[in-house]
Amino acid sequence: MPDWLATLLITLLKGVLVALALLTTFAYMTLIERRLLARMQIRHGPNRVGPGGLLQPLADAVKSIFKEDLRVTLADKLVYTVAPIVAIGMALTAFGGIPAGPAGSLFGEDPWVYQLDAGILALLAITSMGVYGIFLGGWASGSKYPILGGLRSSAQMISYELGMGLSILGLLMLVGSTAFPNIVEWQAANGWMILFQSLGFALFLVSSFAETNRTPFDLPEAEQELVAGYLTEYSAIKWALFQMAEYVNMITASAIMATLFFGGYRGPVFLEGLIPGISGWPIIWLVVKIAFFLFLFIWVRATLPRFRYDQLMRFGWKLLLPLALANTMLTAAYLAFARDLGLWPLAGLSLLGLLALFALSDRVRGLWNKPTGRRGADDTLPARPLGGD
Amino acid sequence: MLVIALGIGVLAVLVSALLGPKKASRAKLMAYESGNDPEHGGVGTGQRFPVHFYLVAMLFIVFDIETAFFFPLAVAYQKLVPFAFWEALTFVALLLVGYYYILKKGVLEWT
Repeated sequence: MPDWLATLLITLLKGVLVALALLTTFAYMTLIERRLLARMQIRHGPNRVGPGGLLQPLADAVKSIFKEDLRVTLADKLVYTVAPIVAIGMALTAFGGIPAGPAGSLFGEDPWVYQLDAGILALLAITSMGVYGIFLGGWASGSKYPILGGLRSSAQMISYELGMGLSILGLLMLVGSTAFPNIVEWQAANGWMILFQSLGFALFLVSSFAETNRTPFDLPEAEQELVAGYLTEYSAIKWALFQMAEYVNMITASAIMATLFFGGYRGPVFLEGLIPGISGWPIIWLVVKIAFFLFLFIWVRATLPRFRYDQLMRFGWKLLLPLALANTMLTAAYLAFARDLGLWPLAGLSLLGLLALFALSDRVRGLWNKPTGRRGADDTLPARPLGGD
Repeated sequence: MLVIALGIGVLAVLVSALLGPKKASRAKLMAYESGNDPEHGGVGTGQRFPVHFYLVAMLFIVFDIETAFFFPLAVAYQKLVPFAFWEALTFVALLLVGYYYILKKGVLEWT
């Protein structure tokens, strides 16, 4: 067998494995989310189908395959069908670049499907392609609510994409590379990035909640406000594909946060004293960290109410964007003038910024919480959420 | 990976199209409008949108290009200090002028 054929086959195999793993995780994420939400509201989740509800995702999948696939008369035939495929395609593709271990640690193969020098950039680019899926899906549905939901969601996603891109600039300055393995190795040598970029991490966390359309930013599918947003006219497997894309994006976002800020596939070094080599255990650490972030996603969903649309946009543009820029310039200034002091003062500085943000939260809340524009007779009325006609 | 991912999507849609029942009726194929005949729906019926969405899209393009300029600078930063810092500061300052302008113009207000 020629060399390139073997490489191709192995890559294909890894790709299929990753895709199947993601889909299984998605299926069980839905179950776990329902169970956890239930526990947080002092009730039981689904526990009838199979032992402990373990077969519930399977039942859901079978149901959505056997459902009638309707397409409303006014819908655009081609785009309506392609949009969910684009959404799931981009979501699954994005995950392939995340390293699950050092090179050659997966039975002699590299534990990633593809690896680019511009790793983060490629990943950001691919995830932002997901906007197309959502917006085109909303547009092609040929109905009023999906169009509004799609518009709102695309505006939200592109706004928070800025915050996302800007909040990792400080990290890139420290590491000096955009390839994931380099970032992980840098953290293995210098300590987890969360220590030095806590403000950047907070911004990235918020942006990734908004990017994946999770509460408190899940306006595109705000059931109580816009029917189901871009999903309104979708049924059967196409609806399931959109849901899948959302959850897979969530998993990817968790993996990115774990990789960029929490040492990726490396465990904490201080555990080495207990069991030598524990921090290098393949994949396990990455899975643990992803699981932690997924839990965080669910926890936040059970805790926080939704933003109003104008608040959401103000939050993104007036708080997230300037703060991300400030974080970048802070890191830049530190690296330019105080690099000899080592990294730890930077950690203190970043943490101080985060704490100041918390301390001033009552002051800065005015940035997004109350309309500062028109003052007049309609002040007593609740502000009309945007998106109506 | 892209091929596999798209393949999974196509496969799912095809399987569902083959297996699902097909009993469409006029009422089923109507767009959602709480049981009424839909108005202002449909692709290309000329529904109008608030100009805010256009503005946000334009601002996104501007600021995203700014981010795109920042990435190479960030990667090469440690080799270029302290000159790169002043360069970045100038760039950000120019950008902030524009940001201040849109802030005062009320572009970011969604009321």
